[in-house]
Amino acid sequence: MKVSVDYDLCESNAICMGIAPEVFEVRDDDLLYILDENPPEELRARVEEAIKRCPKQALSLED
Amino acid sequence: MSVLIVGASLAGLSAAETLRSSGYKDEIVVVDGWDSLPSDRPPLSKQVLAGEWPPEKATQRAASHLHEWDLDLRLGLAATSIQVDPDSSGPGRVTLTDGTAVEPDGLIIATGSRPRNVTDQRIDGVHLLRNLEDSLALRDDLDATDGPVVVIGAGFIGAEVAATCRSLGRDVTLIEAAPSPLMRVFPQAIGDFVADLHRANGVDVRLGVGVAELECDPTGRISGVRMSDGSLVEAAVVVVGIGVIPNVEWLADSPLRLDNGIHCDETCLAAPGVVAAGDVASWYNPRYRRQMRVEQWEHAIQQGEYAAKRILAEMGFGDTDMQALGAFDPVPWFWSDQYDKKIQMAGFPDASDEMVLVEGSFAEGRFAVLFRRGDECSAVLGVNRPRHVMQARMKLEASLDWDGVISLFR
Repeated sequence: MKVSVDYDLCESNAICMGIAPEVFEVRDDDLLYILDENPPEELRARVEEAIKRCPKQALSLED
Repeated sequence: MSVLIVGASLAGLSAAETLRSSGYKDEIVVVDGWDSLPSDRPPLSKQVLAGEWPPEKATQRAASHLHEWDLDLRLGLAATSIQVDPDSSGPGRVTLTDGTAVEPDGLIIATGSRPRNVTDQRIDGVHLLRNLEDSLALRDDLDATDGPVVVIGAGFIGAEVAATCRSLGRDVTLIEAAPSPLMRVFPQAIGDFVADLHRANGVDVRLGVGVAELECDPTGRISGVRMSDGSLVEAAVVVVGIGVIPNVEWLADSPLRLDNGIHCDETCLAAPGVVAAGDVASWYNPRYRRQMRVEQWEHAIQQGEYAAKRILAEMGFGDTDMQALGAFDPVPWFWSDQYDKKIQMAGFPDASDEMVLVEGSFAEGRFAVLFRRGDECSAVLGVNRPRHVMQARMKLEASLDWDGVISLFR
């Protein structure tokens, strides 16, 4: 699976970091960094949860 | 088996999604009194109102997944009552506005809330803001007028609308009966910061003063707001944002306990076979040892998820284990965007909690504070500090222990 962010939508609410910190990190510059664009399968449920709870609908997942 | 979800909003559709992702394959009926799917609401006071986004962009994420979930979605039908048959084990018989009835094995109530008003009358130029139609009507009225805007109530909706109207170049007066904005959720020091933020952006902020009367011109259109101190504020457009009322009237004759929403236990259970989620649900959060009702976006998703799992356990579906599910004990989180500030809070502070600045400063408008109650951290709040808020929230979800949270910042 491949995780991507639409940076035109992302407002760095950091919800995704709270759910899957292995994949998402908001740093001191207030920007979201994807730590692992192709996370392992065992993180799928949490990545999907992060996508669902993103207030800006800025995250997506390709299989 | 069948599950009935009353309310197709954020909490209701989050529950529907979770029922399916939990492997439940039987019937799911979703009813909602609105003719169309409710919008995603956060942009309604910001991007949509400002005209930056086309209305269709404020669509719930669920809208593009409905076909995957195989729902019996009945829009335009509201539930009007529940009759409980004492001889049956299910939640009862739910009657709909067209006279038909549904007798589900599990009932999820997510009927949300509606805005309070200052008047029972419909007055031209006086707006409430809840749905897409409200946002578009307010935008049209702002386009059609150029006089001053008066916002009554400095809660989230009022404060965000005031900020958006300033960005459109309008003169704005923000009226709040409490001594500081957002006092239902923020301690006064934060409310004062928000008041200063609005003043710095040119809003006339009037605190501690109520509304005595709405004044109209000879055509019946709003012309001004008479304050409780006798002064008059001229208004071309008025927006009322003084909180919401949970939609529970349809349950008045039901056995459910109604007390600031639907009274639920610590597992969101309101009665045998009945759970509630979202704005309408008041439940006991054991983490904070108190009954609460939370009117926030992310919370509606989370509580909808939990409610779905809870009702599956209630119906004895699969291997759902109440022991593993546990109580619903989230650390509530929300955000508000006003001007160039993103205000976020996780937790549940009291007015009497000690506030400790851990990052930045109020003066630079970029900071994080913790709230301390005894040996617990009740909440973290940040302005343009999303990383700090989220790191503290993750700690709080593990434990409210003060030493653990403060150690992040020392």
